[in-house]
Amino acid sequence: MRALARAAASAATALALLLTGCSGGGGERTDADGTIHLRFQSLAWQTESVTANKELVAEWNAAHPGVQVEYVQGSWDSVHDQLLTSFEGDEAPDIIHDASDDLADFAYGGYLADLRTLLPGRLTEDIPQASWSTTTFDGGVYGVPFLQEPKVLIANTKILKASGVRIPTADRPWSWEEFRRITEELTGKGRYGVAWPLKEPVSVTLNLGLSAGGQLFHRGEDGAVDLRFGEGDAVVPRTIHDQVTVDHSAARTALGMGGSDTLPGLFGGKYAMVPLGFAYRQQVVEQAPEGFEWSVLPAPAGSGGTAQGVSPQTLSVAEDSPHKKEAVEFIDFLLDPPNMVRLAKGDWMLPTGTKALADPALHTEDQGWATGTALAQRLRPAPAQSVRGYPEWKDKVATPALQEYYSGAIGLDELTDRLVDDGNRVLARYQR
Amino acid sequence: MSTRTGRATRTGQYLALTGYLVFLAFPFLWLISTAFKPARELGSLHPTWIPDHPTLDNFRQAFDEQPLLQAAANSALAAVSAGVICVAIATPMAYVMARHRSKLSAAATGWVVISQAFPFVLLIIPLFLVLKNLQLINSLAGLIMVYVVWSLPFALWMLVGYVRAVPAELEEAASVDGAGRLRTLVSVTAPLLAPGIVATALFAFITAWNEFFFALVLLKTPEKQTLPVVLTHFIGAEGAADLGPLAAAAFLATLPSLLLFAFIQRRITGGMLAGAVKS
Repeated sequence: MRALARAAASAATALALLLTGCSGGGGERTDADGTIHLRFQSLAWQTESVTANKELVAEWNAAHPGVQVEYVQGSWDSVHDQLLTSFEGDEAPDIIHDASDDLADFAYGGYLADLRTLLPGRLTEDIPQASWSTTTFDGGVYGVPFLQEPKVLIANTKILKASGVRIPTADRPWSWEEFRRITEELTGKGRYGVAWPLKEPVSVTLNLGLSAGGQLFHRGEDGAVDLRFGEGDAVVPRTIHDQVTVDHSAARTALGMGGSDTLPGLFGGKYAMVPLGFAYRQQVVEQAPEGFEWSVLPAPAGSGGTAQGVSPQTLSVAEDSPHKKEAVEFIDFLLDPPNMVRLAKGDWMLPTGTKALADPALHTEDQGWATGTALAQRLRPAPAQSVRGYPEWKDKVATPALQEYYSGAIGLDELTDRLVDDGNRVLARYQR
Repeated sequence: MSTRTGRATRTGQYLALTGYLVFLAFPFLWLISTAFKPARELGSLHPTWIPDHPTLDNFRQAFDEQPLLQAAANSALAAVSAGVICVAIATPMAYVMARHRSKLSAAATGWVVISQAFPFVLLIIPLFLVLKNLQLINSLAGLIMVYVVWSLPFALWMLVGYVRAVPAELEEAASVDGAGRLRTLVSVTAPLLAPGIVATALFAFITAWNEFFFALVLLKTPEKQTLPVVLTHFIGAEGAADLGPLAAAAFLATLPSLLLFAFIQRRITGGMLAGAVKS
């Protein structure tokens, strides 16, 4: 009995010590000597990218003893929920890495600082207006767009050369009709001309749709957005649909895949081409078998040329940060042209800054860099960039509708009805 | 004839069991295979079970890039604490609910079931604010509290079942033999309940060990983060993943649970009601 009481007391003491010992908390962000501490939450994840970010933070800290930056590793997988909770609890990092299409809700919610008066002229002038528009909401600028990637075709060079088809360049890309014809030509003997990894079909369809003059989301003079499906909007989905269900030149099994899932098929000669984000080149370099010859081709073009929608990666400052000026100074350092090049190379993406984009290191033919930089001028904000209600439309309406259309379960009329009619009902709720 | 039928039935059962085990083991075996494959074999169209050129590079890279040991220590502290505290709270509660049935205990059981239906996202912001007021954000103590609260309803439900499985007649017999209430609980009920308590602790441990979302939003600094959070650092935008190091790290993350189960499993099944009935 006494032993039991002693054991219980010991356990309670141990528990109390444990809880006291491992408690943390936010803590003061300015030391007694005036040293400011900033937290930078980065979403860098590839080895070279993490290294580049950490090196830059170390360089900043060495040069700025009065403003010390702590590198905090975030994750793309769950950044929205994690940030939302942090904002609600006044525990957000000072400097926030995210993607521009994730910023609208945070900007309208008052969680992000308006950077207009804080940004240095050098940075404002260096980044094109098209990129700034991806982070501009209601007249305020809530993030600095710094990295972006176009969708390109990663191709098996041997198959392409052996077929004798015209090899497209950024100046003379394939038209969508030509692309469809060529994928049919490349199909046969257990091989598909193309594999569309369309696990997430909406952004691919909308972003490539700009090349055919599609827009889908139309903003009126009163700022209200409505959905209209014109001929230009139909080009990309119809091409994919026909490749899968009519020509059988696109692998049906790839429709449910993510980008990485299609790489073994590309390496094994099962697919001649795969449309992927520019950054996927890193995985190709790392995983392709010895002797595999590959090239980076521009995505097909239509009446809109090689235009594409993109959602750049961004750096923002939390509205609650007590040191916004210092946070922006750190962003300015991070995005100094040579540093922006380091970040771009680390992530295998393109910088938004014109000076960084002109760096010769990003114009080599090797690993397709030149093709990407040639496309950079024509990159535009993703069509649904700042549309409130887009996430709901995407998840509840567009994703299932496009998946059914691509698999052949519904026709173009049904797709149009669902995207537009159901979609406008969703958007209307956000625009009352 | 009947012997032959019996043998056929048994063979069928073994085949079904083998198939089931293979089905269950496949993801884990594939994870191990992936963890030891060099990058070029990961992209092969004809993947093999046994890597052609097995390598430890993925493990090296995983440890070089992320603080896996620190994260494992944090996970272990959170999971063990959650398991112990959860059982310490749930056991007496479960005993009362099982032995003294009333409308209140029935209502409590109903509430336990309903509480399991609450989605994480519904709870996370209020929980975050409560913990912030208690200055327990970015603290393993706060996370442990959340894990205990999160596991408690189901643990309670499990333990009520275990307590009910212990025949009340045994306690009555002990009482008749002159044992007091506490003596009966300690000497008769507790040993019979031990496998259930261990199973419940394991449940709380595994829940906390694998939990991701609460750890993600409650822990801010790298040195506090747990293994599931650190594992996501190998995943990039649009689902792209650094597959080799991710598999290596995930393999290491599954080992403690597996070892724990392997060690305790026999005791759980073997100890159930052992010696309860005099022969």
